[in-house]
Amino acid sequence: MAYNLKELSLKPERLTGGHRMCAGCAAPVVVRGVLRALKEDDKAVITSATGCLEVSTFLYPYTAWEDSFFHSAFENAGCNAGAIETAYRVLKKTGKLKDTYKFIAFGGDGGTYDIGLQSLSGAMERGHDMVYVCYDNGAYMNTGIQRSSATPRYADTTTSPAGKVVNGKQQGRKELTKVMAAHNLPYIAQTAPLGNFKDLHEKAEKAIYTEGPCFLNVLSPCPRGWRYDTSKMMDLCKIAVETCFWPLYEIENGKYTITYMPKEKRPITDWIEAQGRFKHIMKNEEAIKIIQADVDAQWAELKALANLNN
Amino acid sequence: MGKRDKLSGNEAVAIAMRQINPGVVAAFPITPSTEVPQYFASFVNDGLVDTEFIPVESEHSAMSASIAASAAGVRTMTATSSNGLSYMYEMLYIASMSRTPVILNCVNRTVSGPLNIHCDHGDSMGARDSGWIQVYSETNQEAYDNLIIGTKVAEDPSVMLPFMNCYDGFITSHSVENIELIDDSDVKKFVGEYEPAHALLKNTCAFGPFDSQLYYYEHKRHQAEGMKNAKAAIIKYSKEFEKITGRKYNLFEEYKLDDAEIALVIIGSSAGTAKFVANRLRDKGIKAGVLKIRAFRPFPFDEIGAVLKNLKAIAVMDKCTSLNDAGGPLFLEVRSALFDQPLHPHTVNYLYGLGGRDVKAGDLESVYMDLIKIIETGETGNVHRYLGLVE
Repeated sequence: MAYNLKELSLKPERLTGGHRMCAGCAAPVVVRGVLRALKEDDKAVITSATGCLEVSTFLYPYTAWEDSFFHSAFENAGCNAGAIETAYRVLKKTGKLKDTYKFIAFGGDGGTYDIGLQSLSGAMERGHDMVYVCYDNGAYMNTGIQRSSATPRYADTTTSPAGKVVNGKQQGRKELTKVMAAHNLPYIAQTAPLGNFKDLHEKAEKAIYTEGPCFLNVLSPCPRGWRYDTSKMMDLCKIAVETCFWPLYEIENGKYTITYMPKEKRPITDWIEAQGRFKHIMKNEEAIKIIQADVDAQWAELKALANLNN
Repeated sequence: MGKRDKLSGNEAVAIAMRQINPGVVAAFPITPSTEVPQYFASFVNDGLVDTEFIPVESEHSAMSASIAASAAGVRTMTATSSNGLSYMYEMLYIASMSRTPVILNCVNRTVSGPLNIHCDHGDSMGARDSGWIQVYSETNQEAYDNLIIGTKVAEDPSVMLPFMNCYDGFITSHSVENIELIDDSDVKKFVGEYEPAHALLKNTCAFGPFDSQLYYYEHKRHQAEGMKNAKAAIIKYSKEFEKITGRKYNLFEEYKLDDAEIALVIIGSSAGTAKFVANRLRDKGIKAGVLKIRAFRPFPFDEIGAVLKNLKAIAVMDKCTSLNDAGGPLFLEVRSALFDQPLHPHTVNYLYGLGGRDVKAGDLESVYMDLIKIIETGETGNVHRYLGLVE
């Protein structure tokens, strides 16, 4: 069936309105986009790492989640989803459960790239039938915009401040999608909320309905941390993709496919100039050259990986 | 009818787990608890249980997985020791607050540093305020029995708290002793099915909210009520257990305390040595007794005070140091329990057996002799004492 957002948007929401995420934050948009890919008849258990998403969607005694939801700590969303999936298998094999359930974990880049990496890696290696979705906003936003290993080079954060002698974060980003590729998972994809959400939807659907451990890395702009006008969230995603800062690709059983090839790769200055966190380097040609070189190298490497398969 | 056997503590515990047939076991190896998941993994791979075993990548994940699987609606067990328990700490509090009746076999071992693999009670004692029920065993038989009883206690609807089945590393975990096993079918009947009121895969529900200052305090109160109810549940299920096995358990064991003038209050395997010494002293006409702690959480505060008040002198034995210049955890609670009593025996605290230091009959006899001296002189003397320390 051809992708049709209009029809899909008629499905009942599984993350209801009334949660307390900021205006202009992509995380709930990402979550709704992923959950829309669930078949209506399928039940789900959602786990979440501690973070903005968790504390803003499940404040006792209210929850915005229509499905069963589990949170316990910052660093274990991957492990938790795997454990619940294991309990599901036990109940299934002993004939105590009839319904079909799917298991989806959400974590920010803090709970995924950093403190939760061990738990995620363990769960993926053990082969649980689940999807881990990282909503990557490139810093520890919930605690007040501290740098993470997903924070881009030179970004101004509260623990990598743009100071008088040090101009923001000194290190490049960890490429988590490639770290996950080394786990030899059946399906891995990098996506973002874009246009009519086709890319996000199709990748979420593949991840949810591919048996085994699957991983989605989803760019998730944060207006507080990136410092953009809340109305610009979708524009930011588009620029990230068009500049190849955030290429769209998937890895199916080791096969890399670039799922969107920009007609003309936009200069990284388009990305930098759209965000207040890079304000201190907007006129710094040397810094911009280094960021452009990072992006170019990663893009070339990705293209090479994709070409290897063709 | 039970079956007599010769088993190590770890093997006995693993057999109890096989008989209980939990939904999920998640564990990470650490000496001396490692054998428990080892034995259990072979039960799984030999098709003797329905359990799914999750060989997690850390103890943090062992406890995380146990909590999550329990919340999903299945009976869940794990085992650890020492630093493994330390690594679970964050999750211990979350297990009890989530009211997930996870069962943890804590094979007591010294906590680093420095690194030491032998027995003391520093690991589980450090977790004494994490909201877990804690029961300690003297023998392999008790470790086996307490796991079966504890499963019922934890899952009682008035309790719904995780249960720590503590037994001494190596001394109990690895020593082979005679044991009487219960028939598989009797264990199955005793523990029954786990039927939680709320579970992720049973009814749509949510665990782990952000709990603001408007509710957190009341939730802690509920949790405290569960711990309070655990006392009655331990007594209730111990009595039910006695009916099928003839083995009698209570919150603590009173060994020759009725007419005793001096007593040791002690936890774990050394209680056996204490009883041996008390018998030897009784032969000489000395009125010696032992109070062996079984339930440390909930702490039988009123009951212990009532039993000890008529003694003349008591030595409270801590196989764990609090490094607080005030006394070990057992001492502070026992002495506090005596405060409300009309009579206050002389009460002293001994640290002993730290890092696996051997505790012999002669050592414990010297403690009883010290108590006699206290009675004779009427002077309590130094309250904080070391046993078996080379100065």
